[in-house]
Amino acid sequence: MGKEYIEKRTVISPEGNPIEIDPLKDYFCDARPKSCKSASGIIEKFANWARSESLWVLGFGTGCGAIEMRPLMTPRFDAYRFGIQWRPTPRQASVFVISGYLSVKTLKRVVRSYEQMQNPKFVVALGSCTINGGMYWDSYNTINRLDHYMPVDVYIAGCMPRPEALLAGFDKLKHIIREGRAEGANKYADNFDWYKGNQKKIIKDWDMPDYNW
Amino acid sequence: MQTIIENLQKHFQVVSYHQQRENLGFLIASKEVAVGLITHLRDYEGFAHLVLLTAVDWIEDEHFQLTYLLHHPEKKVDLGVRVMISRENAEMYSIHHLWEQARTYQRELREMFGINFPGSPNVDKPFILEGWEDIPPYRRDFDTKKYSEETYFPRPGRETHDPAEYMKKKLYPNE
Repeated sequence: MGKEYIEKRTVISPEGNPIEIDPLKDYFCDARPKSCKSASGIIEKFANWARSESLWVLGFGTGCGAIEMRPLMTPRFDAYRFGIQWRPTPRQASVFVISGYLSVKTLKRVVRSYEQMQNPKFVVALGSCTINGGMYWDSYNTINRLDHYMPVDVYIAGCMPRPEALLAGFDKLKHIIREGRAEGANKYADNFDWYKGNQKKIIKDWDMPDYNW
Repeated sequence: MQTIIENLQKHFQVVSYHQQRENLGFLIASKEVAVGLITHLRDYEGFAHLVLLTAVDWIEDEHFQLTYLLHHPEKKVDLGVRVMISRENAEMYSIHHLWEQARTYQRELREMFGINFPGSPNVDKPFILEGWEDIPPYRRDFDTKKYSEETYFPRPGRETHDPAEYMKKKLYPNE
């Protein structure tokens, strides 16, 4: 399998000089994620209120639950009135909705997208496949428990949950954020080695840096 | 459908033909004859559409059974050509020169069953599984439940309810 794109090599710069590049070191951050303490008191309460009222979801439909996110953009179950909108890139999103089963191939891309999101970030897990494997519990290619690979804030059970259930889940996420209990990003930074070990056990051809920031 | 089989008798020796429905029949061909037979069916008989190419793992008889399903657009009949291949060194001649979609089917079979189609472009590239090191997962001697329990951390406390038993208890609780 051609992995030339991540190996050290010499390229010709636009000016014509040969330069040595090492993609994994040069294009990505070397440091590990750090957990940051939240502010306290009324500022944090205001910040949490603001975060809960503008949940920008990453537009990455990972599995079969992506079809349950589409009704939320229609006039019947309007999600935009809650401040929930879909953003194209991980840098602009704060909520990652893992919709359904995750195969090994998708998990690699999901981990990369999740690590590129900015703090504070929250994960909403849709469907029973994220809880205990669901319908694909004995499959050779899908994971069984999502919280071994990334910290999850809200699980929404169902196969697939109806859009009303999704809105109720977002409502629960808002309560959790307002109480200050949504510390997924800090949990990821604190247990980074454990999460990374679990991910690497499954994703056998790891051709990304350890922390994709 | 019978006329097609009669036409085939002129060129090939039709030994085993099974008519399942009035518009579906299956022929069993040997490995050497199969590609010629499929080309003849496509060019002379008019089976212009390759519907699918799948494999069945007969582990008790120790062979794979490949099925090429062809469709006749005018007469609206389906004809399946079955080819038996051995399970060790599973190889078959490629038909990617007849239909382009055969490349994807052959790539999938190579990854999932381990059946090689030498000459087919991109047949080595991984299709769905990335970084797979075990035996090809669709083979019957691959225990997928055991693999799943060992690799992916299962959540303890999972129950399974047999639907028939559950409905029986619900509808007739006294028995």
